Amino acid sequence: MSTEPALQYALPDARGRFGEFGGRYVSETLMHPVEELQRAYEKARDDRVFQAELSGLLKNYAGRPTPLHFARRLSEHLGRARIYLKREDLLHTGAHKINNCLGQGLLARRMGKKRLIAETGAGQHGVATATVASLLGLECVVYMGEEDMARQAPNVFRMRLLGAEVIGVSAGSKTLKDAVNEAMRDWVANVESTHYLLGSALGPHPYPMMVRDFNRVIGQEVRAQMREAESRLPDALFACVGGGSNSIGLFYDFIPEPSVKLVGVEAGGRGTALGEHAARFSGGKPGVIHGMYTYVLQNSDGLISNTHSISAGLDYPAIGPEHAELHRQGRAEYTRVTDGEALDAVRLLSRLEGIIPALESAHAVAEVVKRAPRMGREARVVVNISGRGDKDLGIFQDAGIL
Amino acid sequence: MATVCTGRIETLLRERGPDGAGRLIVYLTAGDPSLEDTEKLLAAVDRGGADLIELGVPFSDPIADGVVIQRASERALRAGTTLSRVLARLPRWRQAVHAPIILFGYYNPVLQYGLERFARDLAGAGAEGALLVDLPPEEAEPCVAAMRSQNLDLIFLASPTSSDERLELVSRFSTGFVYIVSVPGVTGERAVLSGAVAPLAARIRRFTNLPLAVGFGISSPEQVRQAQALVEAAVVGSALVRTIEESYREHGGQAIERFVRWLISGTGVQFTMETQRHKD
Repeated sequence: MSTEPALQYALPDARGRFGEFGGRYVSETLMHPVEELQRAYEKARDDRVFQAELSGLLKNYAGRPTPLHFARRLSEHLGRARIYLKREDLLHTGAHKINNCLGQGLLARRMGKKRLIAETGAGQHGVATATVASLLGLECVVYMGEEDMARQAPNVFRMRLLGAEVIGVSAGSKTLKDAVNEAMRDWVANVESTHYLLGSALGPHPYPMMVRDFNRVIGQEVRAQMREAESRLPDALFACVGGGSNSIGLFYDFIPEPSVKLVGVEAGGRGTALGEHAARFSGGKPGVIHGMYTYVLQNSDGLISNTHSISAGLDYPAIGPEHAELHRQGRAEYTRVTDGEALDAVRLLSRLEGIIPALESAHAVAEVVKRAPRMGREARVVVNISGRGDKDLGIFQDAGIL
Repeated sequence: MATVCTGRIETLLRERGPDGAGRLIVYLTAGDPSLEDTEKLLAAVDRGGADLIELGVPFSDPIADGVVIQRASERALRAGTTLSRVLARLPRWRQAVHAPIILFGYYNPVLQYGLERFARDLAGAGAEGALLVDLPPEEAEPCVAAMRSQNLDLIFLASPTSSDERLELVSRFSTGFVYIVSVPGVTGERAVLSGAVAPLAARIRRFTNLPLAVGFGISSPEQVRQAQALVEAAVVGSALVRTIEESYREHGGQAIERFVRWLISGTGVQFTMETQRHKD
């Protein structure tokens, strides 16, 4: 088996473009801070001291490497394919978000910033940011839509317990998009003291690249773990896609391997009409929002749509620009799973594997549930369990999935 | 930039007013509270003496704006305001005022409308140009080309956070004038004019002879005069939009006309800093 990547892939370019997607669409006041961030990040990326400190924290604080669990009962239940679960849910704070937060937190400290701000949807990124702020002794403010504060209440409490200030956002649909808006307004007014710790592979360059790089460890571990378990590459990878950080983290090191199918799962919500889902590739078109050119759910006048998903972390009208490019190339396939299918997957994984996934991750599981029965006996697939379901227990109860 | 057009705005801002004073630019959001009212409000600020009008196109996610203009955008969107409806009415609105009009907004609605089509319709309406807050020079080549082909100005922002390299870039791309953001932050009224304006204006002057206008935070006649002492023009946005929010329904266009006159002359009693600020 070759360990060398088969294809060349080196995105983004110097202007922060993944093909035509990405870029840097921010007001002039933010141009200097994002340029400064890019320079600081590129320096840190090549700095062995920085990388050693990050690796140490990922290992001894966050709990890396995470296991790759062979889901025997799920595999048998669904047919013949061998299904592996990448256990990002076992990380400290309960999701992959800590990978990026530790990286950006250390970077912010190097840049002399005293204050971290963040947006959060499901609260997992907010909790991870609050955690890192506590660890590094930085001030922390998290913006969260009021709708999300209500449906992810345990995470609001966790953030406050960790010493963060949580500010509710009542504009728009009161969800992730509106939280990003408010975080950007805070940042533009406090650029000297503050680092905006963006939680997904989106926003102006260098965020999509940087957040991907900090999550790339997921795919690197999977590659090594599959070699050990199966002595081969997996046939397919499945991950949910909100902004797209856990999925790009899993996919990235496999992009040059044409035999590995990459499947991103978007939130199909409760219908196909605009406003009823967050499936950008089936309902959106290219546009500019939150500093990037990418696929966006919008109306014909260029106004950004509200979205719906039972999963707060997928409830976002745009998608990270690298996914837009992988979609254009046909290198990755993007599909959608409904609220109901995700809830069914939560129940199935809980009963068969003793793992209660986050609603976000359950979207990826649901897609495998649909496809596995049609796969051959030789198929080896990996599903990213990006987070654990503790935060969603209230929603599970309300949905009556017992 | 290959072509340099000395347009109407640049000429206007370069000249002082009849009494030797600097120029006043006002901002209001199109469609707030309705598209019908916008015509009356444009006429009111024009009668009040505004030299140039920035007409805001409401956007669903106005991340560069503070709460006052956010609320105006929400009202305008609820009233059904879109870029295409603004452009459809703009020829008539433009006829009704003396002051030149530029559109002020966010990039995505313009991108979806079509850059060439936007420039053509803007020119056809008799407007002078546009300012798109989330479109920095680095991403602006296609939009600049479309605007230049119609002899329209595209105005770029300069901020206290801009490096000299960036000010050079902004100066090279901007036509009409360069818009100075007085403080890092979103739009909204502030108690005093930022001390950052004078040094920033001096830095920009090293790169361009274009007129400069300063905005973000200017809300009183004193601040207008302070700004005009440093640069060619002062921009008042949130303070006017809030006056529309508070006084237009009850007192009509006359109240808005009086407010603009007060900004210029400092007289006209009912608009003091105290009464303006009580809701902040």
